[in-house]
Amino acid sequence: MKDLYSTRKYLIMAIVVLASLALVVKLFIIQVVQDTYRLSADNNVLRYVTQYPARGLIYDRNGELIVYNQAAYDLMVIPSQTSKIDTTLFCQDLGITKDVFLERMKAARNYSGRAPSIFLKQISAESYARFQEKIFMFPGFYVQPRTLRKYSRPVAAHLLGYVSEVDEAQIKKDPYYKPGDYIGKLGIEEAYEKELRGTKGVKIFLVDVYSRVKGSYAGGMMDTVAVQGNDIVASIDLGLQEYGEKLMQNKTGSIVAIEPSTGEILALVSSPNYDPALLVGRVRSENFSRLSADTLLPLFNRAFMASYPPGSTFKPIIGLIALQEKVIVPSTTFGCSNGYLFVGCHSHSSPLNLKGAVMNSCNSYFCQTFRKVLENPAYGTISEAYEKWRSYLTEFGFGKKLDTEFVNELPGLIPPATYFDRYHGINGWKALTVISLAIGQGEIGTTPLQMANMTAAIANRGYYYTPHIVKSTGNLQGIDERFRRKHEIHIDSANFEEIIQGMEAAVNGGAGATARIAAMEDIIVCGKTGTAQNSQGEKDHSVFVAFAPKDKPVIAIAVYVENSGFGATYAAPVASLMIEKYIKKEIGEASKWKEQRMLELNLTGRAAQR
Amino acid sequence: MPRNVNIWYRIDKVTVFLFLLMMIVGWFNIYAAVYNEEHKDILDFSQRYGKQFIWVIAAIVLAVLVVIIDTRFYLFFAWGVYAVLVILLILVLFFGKEVNGARSWFQIGPLTIQPSEFAKFATALALAGYLNNHKGELTRLRVILPAAAIIFLPALLTAKQPDMGSTVVFFSFFIVLFREGMSPYIFVSGLLMIILFFLTLLMDNLLLGLILVALAFFLTWFVTRKTKLSFTGLGIILLIGGSLFALDHFVLRSIGNEYILIITLILAGLAFAYYIYQKKAMSILVIYLFLLGSIIYINSVDFAFNNLLKPHQRERVEIMLGFKSDPHGTGYNLNQSLISIGSGGFGGKGYLQGTQTKFKFVPAQSTDFIFCTVGEEWGFVGSFVTVGLYLFLLLRLIKLAERQRSVFSRIYGYGVVSVLFTHFFINIGMTIGIVPVIGIPLPFFSYGGSSLWGFTILLFIFLRLDASRTEYLI
Repeated sequence: MKDLYSTRKYLIMAIVVLASLALVVKLFIIQVVQDTYRLSADNNVLRYVTQYPARGLIYDRNGELIVYNQAAYDLMVIPSQTSKIDTTLFCQDLGITKDVFLERMKAARNYSGRAPSIFLKQISAESYARFQEKIFMFPGFYVQPRTLRKYSRPVAAHLLGYVSEVDEAQIKKDPYYKPGDYIGKLGIEEAYEKELRGTKGVKIFLVDVYSRVKGSYAGGMMDTVAVQGNDIVASIDLGLQEYGEKLMQNKTGSIVAIEPSTGEILALVSSPNYDPALLVGRVRSENFSRLSADTLLPLFNRAFMASYPPGSTFKPIIGLIALQEKVIVPSTTFGCSNGYLFVGCHSHSSPLNLKGAVMNSCNSYFCQTFRKVLENPAYGTISEAYEKWRSYLTEFGFGKKLDTEFVNELPGLIPPATYFDRYHGINGWKALTVISLAIGQGEIGTTPLQMANMTAAIANRGYYYTPHIVKSTGNLQGIDERFRRKHEIHIDSANFEEIIQGMEAAVNGGAGATARIAAMEDIIVCGKTGTAQNSQGEKDHSVFVAFAPKDKPVIAIAVYVENSGFGATYAAPVASLMIEKYIKKEIGEASKWKEQRMLELNLTGRAAQR
Repeated sequence: MPRNVNIWYRIDKVTVFLFLLMMIVGWFNIYAAVYNEEHKDILDFSQRYGKQFIWVIAAIVLAVLVVIIDTRFYLFFAWGVYAVLVILLILVLFFGKEVNGARSWFQIGPLTIQPSEFAKFATALALAGYLNNHKGELTRLRVILPAAAIIFLPALLTAKQPDMGSTVVFFSFFIVLFREGMSPYIFVSGLLMIILFFLTLLMDNLLLGLILVALAFFLTWFVTRKTKLSFTGLGIILLIGGSLFALDHFVLRSIGNEYILIITLILAGLAFAYYIYQKKAMSILVIYLFLLGSIIYINSVDFAFNNLLKPHQRERVEIMLGFKSDPHGTGYNLNQSLISIGSGGFGGKGYLQGTQTKFKFVPAQSTDFIFCTVGEEWGFVGSFVTVGLYLFLLLRLIKLAERQRSVFSRIYGYGVVSVLFTHFFINIGMTIGIVPVIGIPLPFFSYGGSSLWGFTILLFIFLRLDASRTEYLI
C-alpha cells in the first residue's frame, strides 16, 4: 500500500522540534538571563507578621482614663526554619531552662512545622532587647509585639472584665480569631469586644534562610494596616467607684449607683474584689486559680449575680401598687401591735398612715396593705389579683433580666401565681399564705442592680431607662437603641410623690425614722432601709436604697452589706457617704465619723485586703 | 518458541533505555520533591518515593507482560479494549471518587485507578484499527467523521469529569489523522482557531476583525494577482460598511460595531457571489468563507469563554495571558513554579538542595509540577537535558513509526507520539508559563501509578508492534 503522505513526517518532526526549542528558549530566559527569580527564591521565605492593633481605651464619664495598654512581646518560632543553635546562650538570654526549651520546641513542632507558634509569652522588655541583638544566631525565631491591659487605678475589676486568650469554641464562632489572639471576658471587655478589638493587620516580610528580614514583600502592597480599637466612655465615675470599693473593703456585699435620668451606672461595686492587674498577661492563670479558690468568691459579681430577698426595701413598691389599685389612700391607717398576726414588727407609734409606715418601716401596715391588694374584690380569684400585682413588679424590672450589657445577669425571682397553685393547689392559697412577700421576704429574689433600678424608677416618678455601663463608643458615638427607650410604669406620678414623701421622712423625719443616719444638712436624701433575712441562718444582710436630691435627683443607689444586721447600721451610712461623695465631690467634716467607722469595719475577719 | 527469543532481540533498545532512564531520573526527582530531613528510609512506603518505587517495578513487569503478548492480540482486541475503557470512563462519572471537584478516579481498596490514563492507548489502538481498514480514505468525510468520533468520545467523557488536561491530549490524536492523510486545512483551521481564540481575548474584537479583512484582501491579491479586482472588492466592503456605520451612528444607534462588520460582509458577499459564480473563482470563495467564518467565530469566543469555561479555568487563561496577576491565589502555582525553576540558574542548586523544593513552596510538586525539581536542582543544564531526552524519544518514536510496514503499527506509533508530545509540551510549558495551568503529568517522571502504567502500556504495545514489524500483519 503506497504511503502517499510520508512527507508529512517532516512537518510533524518540525513541530516537535520547534516546540522543544520554544521550551528551551523560555527556560534559558528565566534560568540564565533573568535574575528576578533567583532573587525571589532567595527571599521567598515569606513571613506573615500579624499587626495586632492596640485595644480601645476605656474612660470614665468625666474623661478620666481607666484602662489603657502596655507593650508586651511574644517570642514566636517557626520550627521548619530553625536549625542547630546555641541553646545555652538562648536559654540564658531568655531566662529559661534547657528542659523548658526542649519541651516548648516539641510542642511547637507538634502544632505545626511551618506555621508560627508562640514559644514564650510576654517576655520582658530587657529579654526582648537582648534577644533582638542576637536574633541572627537563632534562625526561625522572631518577636511579635502585643499589647496588654494596664489599669490607672486598681478598681472596677468586675465591671471592666479582663482580657484573655481566645479558646477553640470562640474561634469556631468567629473565625476572625486565631489561636493566640486575645478576647475580652466579662464586663465591658466582653460586651464591647467588637468595638475594642480593632482590626488586625498583616505585614508580609521577605525573610532569607537565616531568618533575617530582607524587606517587605511586594513593596508592602499586600500589607494591611492594623486599625486601632475604638475607645469607650464608660458611664461610671471612677472616683466614686474607687470610694465605694474603699468603703466596702473587708466586707462582703455590693453597691449599685445609677443616674436616674439616663440609666447610666455611676458605680458598680462588688466586695470582695481584686486588683484587675492580677488578671493581666502571664500571671493571669495563676492568679485566676487562686482567686477562684478563695472562699469569699472575689470573682463573683454580687451586684447582679446574687439574688437576695429585698426585705423592707420592698415596702415602697407595695405601697405604690396599693395606691394605684386604689385599695388604700395616703391617709389610710393600720394599727401595729408589734406586728400583725404572725408577722412581728419593732416598736413604733401606732397607728400609722402611709408616710409614717414608710418612715418607720412598719411590717403590719404593709402586710395589711398587701392583703387588701390580693383580696381586691375587683378580681375574681386570688391568682388574678396576684398576677396583676406581679405585672407591676415586672414593669419595675423585677423577675427578669434587665438586659444590660452584662452577660451573666440574674433575673431574680417573683414567682407566678401558678407556682403557688402547684404548691398549694389552685385556689388553695390565700393572701396570708404569701403575706411575707409584703415585707420582701419569702419566695422572692432581687439583685442589687434591680433594686437600684427600682429606686431610679421611683426617683423619676414612674419610668426608668435600662441600666447600662457605657456612655458612648468610639465610632457609634452612641449606644444601643435599647438604652434610649423609656420603660414606663403604669402608676400615676401622684402616687409616686406620696411614697417619696415617706422615703424622705425615713431619712429626714426625725424620731422614728429608720434611716436618720443617712440624713445630710444640705441634700434631701430619700431612702428606705431593709434588713434582708439570711436564709443561711447567719446574721441578716443590711440593705439600703436611696436617691438624692429629692427633687431633680441625680443619683439612685442600692447598698447591700452581707451578714451585718440592721439596714440602718451599715448600708445606710455607706449610701449617704456615696451620695455625698458624688454630689459634693468630697466628704464634709460632719460625715467624717461615718466614713471612719465604715472604713474600719471588718466583717470578713481577714487582714486588710489591700 | 523461537519467535519470543527474537522479540527480545528485536525490541528497540534505545527506547527501552530511554524509558528506564526517565523512570529512574523521575524517581530521584520525586524523592527530592518529597524529601524531608527527618525521613530515614529510602524505601519508606508511606512516602511517595517509596510508593513510586513500587510503581516503577510494577511498570517494568507490565512492560514485560505487554511484550510477551502476541501482536495479533492488539490487533484483534483493539475495539474491545476501547469499548471497555469507554464504559469505564462513563462509570467513573457516577462511581468515581470526587477529588478536587473532579470525578476521575476509582477507589478500589487502597488503590486508586484513573481510567483516562488507560483510555489513551485504547483510543490509539481503536484509531489504528479503524484507519487500517480505511487506508488512504481520510480525505472523505465518510471516513473523517467516524475517526473524529473515536477521538471525541473519550475526549468529551473526560471533559465531563472534568479533566481538561486529558481532553486536550485526546484532541492531539488529530496529528495522527493529519499524518494519515487528513486535509491539512482542517489541521490549520484548528490551529487558527486556537490562535484566534487567544488573540480575541487579547485584542478588541472589532480591531481584530478589521485586521482579518485586510489580511483577506492581501491574500486575494496574492492568489489572483489581480490588483484592480482586489481593490474593487475592498472598495465594495468599505462602501457598504461605511454606509451602515453612518446609518447606525446617526440614526439607529442600536447595532453594535461588530454586527455591522458581519452584516457588511454578508452583503458584500452577495455582491461577490456573482463574480465568483461567473469566474468559478474557488480560491476567492474559500478566502471569503474563511473570513466570514473567522469573524463569526471571534464574536462567539467571548460567549464561550465566559459561559462554557469554569471560573478557575478562565482565571488560569487570564493569568497566562497576563491579564491577572494573582500570586497568592490562582496564580500561586505558576508563580512558585517560575521562582523555583528560574532560581536554578545555569547549574542548579544541587541535588536535594533546592530551597523552594525543600520548603514546599510549589504545590503538587511530585506530580504535575515535577519539572520544578529538575529546574531548581539541576538548573538550565538539567532542564535542557530533560527536554533533550524527550525530544530524542519523540524523534526516535517517529522514526520507528515510519519504518513500520504495517499501517496499523504506524498509525498506532503516531498515536504514541501524539500523546507523549502533548503531555511533554503542556506539562513543561505550564511550569514555565507559556501554557495555561492544565494539570497533566510528565510521562515517566510524575508520581502516580495510573499515569506511569498507562504510558508504559502505551509505549510497549508499540515496541511490541515494532519488534514484529518484519512479519506481515495485515
